[in-house]
Amino acid sequence: MPIVISKEKKENDLLQSVKEISGVDIAGCLQCKKCTNGCPVTALVKVPPSEIIRRLQLNIGDSVLNSDLVWMCASCATCFSRCPMKIDMAAVMDALRIISVKKNAAKQKGNVPLFNRLFLRTVGMFGRTYDLGMIIAYKIGTSSYFQDAEKFPMMLQKGKIALFPSLRADKKYVKRIFDKKN
Amino acid sequence: MKYAYYPGCSAESTARDQNMSIQEVSTALGIELIEPKGWTCCGSTPAHHTDRNLSIALPAANLLLAKKMNLDMVVFCAACYNRMKVANYEIQNNPKIRKEISASLGEDYDGSVKVYHFIEVLVKNIGIKKLQETFTHSLDGLKVVNYYGCLLVRPHEATNFDDPENPTLLDSLVTVMGGESIDWPHKVECCGGGFALTRTDIVIELSHSILGMAKAAGAQCMAVACPMCQINLDLRQDDINKTKSTKFDIPIVYITQLIGLCLGISPEKLGLDKCVISPISIIEAVTSN
Repeated sequence: MPIVISKEKKENDLLQSVKEISGVDIAGCLQCKKCTNGCPVTALVKVPPSEIIRRLQLNIGDSVLNSDLVWMCASCATCFSRCPMKIDMAAVMDALRIISVKKNAAKQKGNVPLFNRLFLRTVGMFGRTYDLGMIIAYKIGTSSYFQDAEKFPMMLQKGKIALFPSLRADKKYVKRIFDKKN
Repeated sequence: MKYAYYPGCSAESTARDQNMSIQEVSTALGIELIEPKGWTCCGSTPAHHTDRNLSIALPAANLLLAKKMNLDMVVFCAACYNRMKVANYEIQNNPKIRKEISASLGEDYDGSVKVYHFIEVLVKNIGIKKLQETFTHSLDGLKVVNYYGCLLVRPHEATNFDDPENPTLLDSLVTVMGGESIDWPHKVECCGGGFALTRTDIVIELSHSILGMAKAAGAQCMAVACPMCQINLDLRQDDINKTKSTKFDIPIVYITQLIGLCLGISPEKLGLDKCVISPISIIEAVTSN
């Protein structure tokens, strides 16, 4: 996709924020595109990993946060694994997601931020994940009641989904960690 | 042989079969697994999507439990394994992070607890030769593709699990069980497991590619070592067949279930009745030596 560079002064520095959150310096990127060629979702996105890096380097502003890869990246870390300059692109993507949620950037298909919130909420409540509670809350939040509904009886019969949350976790550390974060 | 064993949250729901087979295999081989009392979630992908400190502190809390037990940690879930390895790596290599995590936990953790995947315990700590002596049954030439996925092998700096592009630990196990381990190019591709609920369309694309390659390679079954890969590739085959007009019916089983069969353990005890794609062809292929 073409990169548009505006002459207007940026009110914030996305590149700097990414560096602060991830601890990754992207200056060494050679644009060799090994990340893009190895990325499992390259064929599905408009802006592949190497282009995210280029856009960040050009520091074109917060439009990078709206790139489809931000919420389509599967965190498989093939990009980092194959980078000849050892740039941790997976950590850069994490930083972009964190900033994207903070700045309330454009919503994308599926609702990964909602899923993440619900997942962590069950961990905060029970100390462990509670799949069924999380799935129901996600379905209510996204009005996707019927997706996979036919699979539920089979999963239940096979004992592959628990009706009740586990109550065996000692939440001592979890409570501290979450309290510290907020 | 005694370890702290971290089953992971999925062992209580979607991956009960994984936990069952590990417990059975461990008992048969004399490996003592002790769950740290009150273990908690590792935070998985949602934690590292949300906050770096959170993503390290959650697994570190469990490593601290193992440290207090004075035992090495054994994990099967690839996501938990990955998060624990990354936590140790970050804490060991970044004094600032160690300080922050210690503040979060209220106790200092030095990143020193050794973390093994159950497969590493079998291959590296017990040894293939010794394992072979315990097998009473054989896979008898069953054609198996071994699928490692992302989280065991990447990032290699932190996990240090086998070769990151062409791992062979599972292959060596299948071979010693008398199966035919097929060399194929999708060993470490991503199945999209993290998007199981949120972006099923991506899961279908990625898993379709993996199953297609497995079929082209002539696989009769796929052996996995990650609960997300298992549920994804097993449960979604029907959706993939409908969307992509394919006819996949490849059983997706845990490597520990195959090992259990070769140790003469009953399929029910290994949770093989919980597979969506019936593994009956595998069970029938197993013959006594």
